[in-house]
Amino acid sequence: MNATTVVAPPIAAKSVSPTWRRFRDAFRRHPTALIGGVILILMAAIAVLAPWMGTIDPQAVFPARRLKPPSAEFWFGTDMLGRDVYSRVVYGARVSLIVGLAVAALSTLLGLAIGLVTGYVRRLDAVVMRVMDGLMSIPSVLLAIALMALTKASIGNVIIAITLAEVPRVVRLIRSLVLILREQPYVEAAIAAGTTLPRILVRHVLPNIVAPLLVQGTYVCGSAMITEAILSFIGAGTPPNIPSWGNIMAEGRSLIQIAGYLILYPGICLSLTVLAVNLLGDGMRDALDPRLARRM
Amino acid sequence: MTRRAFPLRFMAAAMCAVTLGVVAGTPSAMAQGQKVLKFIPQADLRIIDPITTTAYITRNHGYMIYDTLFATDAKFQVQPQMVDKFEISKDRLTYTFTLRDGLKFHDGTPVRSADCIASVERWSKRDALGQKMAESTEAWTAVNDKTFTLKLKKPFPLALEALAKPSSNVPFIMPERIAKTDPSTNITEPIGSGPFKFVKAEWVPGSKVVYVKNTDYVPRKEPPSWAAGGKVVKVDRVEWIYIPDSATAAAALNAGEVDWWEQMPPDLIPVLAKNKDVKVENIDPLGSMGLLRFNFMYPPFNNQKMRQAVLYALDQNDYVLGIAGSQKNGHPCYSFFTCGTPLSSEVGAEPLKGKRDFEKAKQLIKEAGYKGEKIVIIDATDQPIVHSQSLLTAEMLRKLGLNVDLQAGDWGTLITRRSSKEPIDKGGWSIFHTWLVGPDVTSPALNFAIRGSGQKAWFGWPDDPKIEELRDAWFAATDAAASKKAAEAVQMRAFDFVPYVPTAQFILPTAYRTNLSGLIIAPITLMWNVEKK
Amino acid sequence: MIGYIVRRLFSTVIVMAVVAFVVFSLLYLTPGDPAAIIAGDIATDEDIRRIHARLGLDDPFLVQFGRWVWSLAHGDLGTSIFTNLPVTQLIGQRIEPTVSLTLCTLVVSILVAVPLGVTAAAKAGGWLDRGVMAFSVLGFSVPVFVFAYILILTFSVELDWLPVQGYRTFHDGVWQWLRHLILPSVALGTVYVALITRMTRASMLDVLAQDYVRTAEAKGLAPEQVLIGHALKNAAIPVVTIIGVGVALLISGAIVTETVFALPGIGRLTVDAILRRDYPIIQGVTLIFSAVYVLVNLAVDLSYVLFDPRIRLT
Repeated sequence: MNATTVVAPPIAAKSVSPTWRRFRDAFRRHPTALIGGVILILMAAIAVLAPWMGTIDPQAVFPARRLKPPSAEFWFGTDMLGRDVYSRVVYGARVSLIVGLAVAALSTLLGLAIGLVTGYVRRLDAVVMRVMDGLMSIPSVLLAIALMALTKASIGNVIIAITLAEVPRVVRLIRSLVLILREQPYVEAAIAAGTTLPRILVRHVLPNIVAPLLVQGTYVCGSAMITEAILSFIGAGTPPNIPSWGNIMAEGRSLIQIAGYLILYPGICLSLTVLAVNLLGDGMRDALDPRLARRM
Repeated sequence: MTRRAFPLRFMAAAMCAVTLGVVAGTPSAMAQGQKVLKFIPQADLRIIDPITTTAYITRNHGYMIYDTLFATDAKFQVQPQMVDKFEISKDRLTYTFTLRDGLKFHDGTPVRSADCIASVERWSKRDALGQKMAESTEAWTAVNDKTFTLKLKKPFPLALEALAKPSSNVPFIMPERIAKTDPSTNITEPIGSGPFKFVKAEWVPGSKVVYVKNTDYVPRKEPPSWAAGGKVVKVDRVEWIYIPDSATAAAALNAGEVDWWEQMPPDLIPVLAKNKDVKVENIDPLGSMGLLRFNFMYPPFNNQKMRQAVLYALDQNDYVLGIAGSQKNGHPCYSFFTCGTPLSSEVGAEPLKGKRDFEKAKQLIKEAGYKGEKIVIIDATDQPIVHSQSLLTAEMLRKLGLNVDLQAGDWGTLITRRSSKEPIDKGGWSIFHTWLVGPDVTSPALNFAIRGSGQKAWFGWPDDPKIEELRDAWFAATDAAASKKAAEAVQMRAFDFVPYVPTAQFILPTAYRTNLSGLIIAPITLMWNVEKK
Repeated sequence: MIGYIVRRLFSTVIVMAVVAFVVFSLLYLTPGDPAAIIAGDIATDEDIRRIHARLGLDDPFLVQFGRWVWSLAHGDLGTSIFTNLPVTQLIGQRIEPTVSLTLCTLVVSILVAVPLGVTAAAKAGGWLDRGVMAFSVLGFSVPVFVFAYILILTFSVELDWLPVQGYRTFHDGVWQWLRHLILPSVALGTVYVALITRMTRASMLDVLAQDYVRTAEAKGLAPEQVLIGHALKNAAIPVVTIIGVGVALLISGAIVTETVFALPGIGRLTVDAILRRDYPIIQGVTLIFSAVYVLVNLAVDLSYVLFDPRIRLT
């Protein structure tokens, strides 16, 4: 909500109950969030335990056994270079989760920092928001390819390119929240009492932002995993020898009619994970702060 | 601004944008009953100058709108095309050419000797074989508007072969005013004297190219054979519709939205095989040759033994499968010259052909004194043929215990990076892969990748005076037997020095609706003689 | 308000200038040489160097940038390095498919998403609500290209109802135009459907909790009347917000959609230009993206005032 002030009802800022209890209540009220959490933990476990899950080297190529349909030997079949799709999907969990989590963490932290400052320091506001507009209007594909060409294709570059595209959205959210909070009587009182700016931010503003930020973070996490697939589709994603769910699908896409399993299995994993992340986000949103969080 | 007016204006602006777009877009209006051939080309046509670029799609475009003085036929014989009669003097130093009657450029002007001379001269500044011929050329002279001569300083037995060169760069004939353009600057006016005319107003780069039949074209009487013989156009209009996604292209052909798909990934054959209205065929007799190129400037591949080690370990069968999907669309080719052409042989090929010998390879690596230097393979993930070769090579070198770094990027990055002569740690490279179409590597003259001219050689810059010497000896050969023998000597040296490693010969099949007939079997895509029912 | 608009428009120009500079420097740093691509596979260093010099790519960074700004000031976006066609013409012939696709996608998404969101809000907490929400999450979680292939295989190849690919202009008739847009719009629309459904549901829940709604209910209005009466108005805000966010999403989404359905639109033009380092096109397209992005968001901000008088612009 750029340059707008939403006249919202006051927020009960001081009614902080132990956070974990709110989570527990939320899970009780939202069994779907619990399901989401369980799926996510499962995926994380797969990622960590990849080498011990009956996998072989996911990069090993054997052209002689290419495009074998799923069987007892190759559970998810083999791809066009004879690589074992099961192993690739299992190892792919690592890359996809790392991309999702790293982008979520980086963009929320960066967005938080920029959003807090711009929301409070009015002079910076217009400038920073225009910079954000500019940033958002540079296609992330361009950034990804430029970064790739500057150094080389790597997971790090994919994370940076997606993060740069996500940050402005987080900034907008944080800023609009800060603009509302700033008008709150207790914040005004704190300012009148001569409390320093960092102290106000940490004491009064931050606690009210954590909830929507976490929720936004989960959405960003899901969308980053999808964006990674799209970058791979264009050829600017994770280096293709390192498997990720996105690039397994992107590499096998033209064979959808012949070897549908190349898309099916990573697709199921990706969808399940994004679904889980979003369910968790929805649950957290309702649990932590139903009012503010809904505004995204 | 009043509140009510705002959305209206916004809507109005949006509508304007749409209307503007509609006006800007070109209507594909066409008369009823016209025969339109809809064709999915192998790539998008971006550069319309067949001399500045060697891109195959531009070469194919060249064959649509331009004509050539001579052409090579299916028996590898040179046949006159625009030329009616020609004479070679006894001392083989003077060639006299006379043009056929009725040759006219698309702008209505007749084809004159001056046009041919300017075109050939521009081509010979750019093309490798053309440059070689220029070295022996004294002068091109117009005798009159229809007759011109080539005077040589010393005999050049390949003069006619050069003028009949079937693949990039082809000496296409353009009007003199256009052919006067600097050979490094793209021409902007696509005017030739060929069997089709380019419709520039309907060209949408990245999407569509439109040609119409040149009704003024006078074809030769002979039946077509490669680019030789009569170019009789049997449709009214040809539309090249670029479909970047192969799954979509297959669906479009299946649904009958297009008539012909120039090159399809062999893996998609089963998708089309079910449809009885679609035929999949290999109409390209020579196919393409995959290759693995080394960087000769830095360790470890500046060492001959390291390169030989790769010869012993690389299994062409893997590359055939990786590129072509099955043995049906490719096969090993243990020759530096296109298998299936007169000069190809397996002389000296034992290290590449025999049983794969990793022990021997490892021993050679040891003898080479390999100290764990990093080997950078540059990969282009948007080019499946490059990408699969890169993955296979990386895996093979890893098995040999070498320190491999596979660096992925796009094709645009690859072809920029490969021109870097910097050391590995400063953005340089050790290995890249590509492929060349069959007609480009049929002889020591055409195969530029085999050359050892050092800093002037193709990327990788091998320096091997001996192979250059043998190549010159081949140029001097005057009859077929001597030529074959000289080519074998070149190849012997190549398998010892290893300027690059041939990885496979493969054929990308073409697919078309069964209402098409008369497709010309040739290593280049030609669109005359094709009939649509 | 006029003053506000003027200030925003002024800042738009600055944003565009900064974006242009940033993109230009980025491209300058990026090692990709159009000369190498022009020369083709069979070329020597020397060929590339000659073409490179011809294109003026050897000049210092600021000279190149200055040259570009100078021609821009004359309303000239330059000519494509590859096709030698003016960038304005190349962009011009690509606008119609992209604008058509965007409008169609928005219409499809709104038609599907608003009723879904309203229904979910009405039955908040129930299984219907959860079902709709889970369904909308699916929209986020399937990559566009996978969904697009499934649509093509089902509706074009199996059922033969709609064309596989391509684009027809308005001139060829509205029906032909629409037929070619249905599948791409649905494919691209899934993300929007997901987003708009969520936002509609959320703001509906917000509104339903408001005092004036309770008053309306107390006055004896039927729940449906309350819902529909307020639904339409309140759906407006999330929808316009999506249009704002959507412009950014559109670019990456449209690239994929246009590639799969072979639509000659701006997204495809952009990727092709990036992959081939056709600098003038990349510059021109980025400039247009930033202008459209900033202007659409300005329009979105302004429209908030219209739909919700409580919002004031500062």
